[in-house]
Amino acid sequence: MALLRIARLTLRETARRKLLIALVILTVIVALLTGWLFHKLYSLPCGEAPHLHRCTVATMDLAAATLLILLLFMFSFVLALGAAFVAAPSIATEIESGVLLSIATRPIRRSDILLGKWLGFAVLLALYGALAIALEMVILKVAMGYAPPHPVAAIAFIIAESLIVLTLAMLGSTRLSAITTGIIALALFGGAWLAGITGEVGQLFGNRTIENAGTVGSLIMPTDGLWRGAIYNLEPLAVILGQADLGQRAAANPFFVLSAPSPPYLLWALAWGLAVLGLALWSFQRREL
Amino acid sequence: MRESYAIRTVDLVKRYRTTTALDGLTMTVGHGEVFGFLGPNGAGKTTAVKLLLGLTRPTAGEAWVLGRPMGDRIARRRVGYLPELFRYQDWLTARELLALHCDLAGVPRAEQPAQITDTLELVGLARRARDRIGTFSKGMQQRIGLAVSLVGRPDLVFLDEPTSALDPVGRHDVREIIRTLRTRGTTVFLNSHLLTEVEQVCDRVAIIDAGRVIAMGTMDELRGRRDVVRLRLGGVGPGALETLRRYGDLEIESGSYTVTGLMPARVPALVTELVGLGCEIFAVEPRSQTLEDRFLELLGGSNGAAENRPPHPA
Repeated sequence: MALLRIARLTLRETARRKLLIALVILTVIVALLTGWLFHKLYSLPCGEAPHLHRCTVATMDLAAATLLILLLFMFSFVLALGAAFVAAPSIATEIESGVLLSIATRPIRRSDILLGKWLGFAVLLALYGALAIALEMVILKVAMGYAPPHPVAAIAFIIAESLIVLTLAMLGSTRLSAITTGIIALALFGGAWLAGITGEVGQLFGNRTIENAGTVGSLIMPTDGLWRGAIYNLEPLAVILGQADLGQRAAANPFFVLSAPSPPYLLWALAWGLAVLGLALWSFQRREL
Repeated sequence: MRESYAIRTVDLVKRYRTTTALDGLTMTVGHGEVFGFLGPNGAGKTTAVKLLLGLTRPTAGEAWVLGRPMGDRIARRRVGYLPELFRYQDWLTARELLALHCDLAGVPRAEQPAQITDTLELVGLARRARDRIGTFSKGMQQRIGLAVSLVGRPDLVFLDEPTSALDPVGRHDVREIIRTLRTRGTTVFLNSHLLTEVEQVCDRVAIIDAGRVIAMGTMDELRGRRDVVRLRLGGVGPGALETLRRYGDLEIESGSYTVTGLMPARVPALVTELVGLGCEIFAVEPRSQTLEDRFLELLGGSNGAAENRPPHPA
């Protein structure tokens, strides 16, 4: 099947271009550093960490949960950045260089080419995301004895976030240069994050307009909404309850959320992905090579 | 009727925003022909090929390739293509690239190894089979491109300027490959501006300029008259001159006598007579118009010098 053949080719390209090995090496380095950090934190006598009021299990768990969220924020950023970097040139540079000419004239559909590439990158992002994040969770468990409440759901949300960026970059790549596409994808990713914070600030000050602006932002680019889903699944119940007590003051913190994304929002994110992918297929189908 | 041609186009038009690349292209290519598609740079040659392969869409007109509408996926199963802008995945080896194209062309897995080996042999890259494309010279990349166009044993091959990066040996090799394809019954659509190349291998030629066919026919039909003979003679007396005039219109230029209206079959009789009259014969050259003469004549008549023409996308 041509789609799977293109997906295999795409995965092989990432391996041949040494992307996989680079990711593995960097991940191992990060894992070693975080392992060391977690271990150090855990073995600190309480007196040397005055901001940790009491070294109870709950305090340690809170510290560990916070660290994990910050760490996975970095991973979500790396995955989104990676998605934009691999997808933005995928069609654009192959059109520019002429590589696509001999492929597109084979008895295959244009959709096989685009979906094959999308699938190849999606498998790469999902596998890398799952393995790297799972590795960090295992290290945290070993070093500090803490495990997040819903690790699989959290990983799924972070991978979904990167797939949103991937799909957007694939759409851009059918019409725009790699650089333009990459910048647009990352700007929207960053913008969505900012929109999320804006919405919370609006909530904090009770300003409906600002709050709505944030909501619109999270609908235009659903990455931040999904990231919040990941945070929710990483937070221990105690944290969520503690924040609930704080009420409005707990809002406007990009690393804590009070509630999981609603099912309609998740459906929206899915529909968004499918619509953008459909648009990419339509655009590539009509693109003159 | 459509089935009787490998390619048929009717009033094919392709306009870009400000330019017209093809302006009513009408032509036919028979099965098994080596068809030369000639024209100056920017005449619309590559645009025509891209339309026929479905890489771009026409503004107007119709075309059929192997009996199917142009760009049709089923027809592409039987078509090979070497683009003018040839670039391949430089991180694949030659063998891997051909395996990829075998897969995409639907060549059964069991047949692939032998076909890949044969094709690499044919284009002279058998010894580089396991090297990455990225390490190939430009000429070798064009050779691998030719190999890509031949996997799946297509019935129709589009070669767009197939020798642009090749040295004389490479050009010779490509001509031999085209002749091999002809003996297999493969139709070859050769896009070129190299007249000698076309002259040497093509059965039929279309000359296009500014997006239209300005002449089409067999090589002999295009070259035009073949009844001119030039002789280099010594000891020409009045009798010999009279004889020469009897055979055709005579033009004399410093020891060279050009007779127009003399068919090749009558040349031996003329030579016998001249020898009988005591002439010394140094050379007898039947002269037909070269394709280049005809090409320049046609272009001069169609639109003026190539340089003065407005640019068209290739």
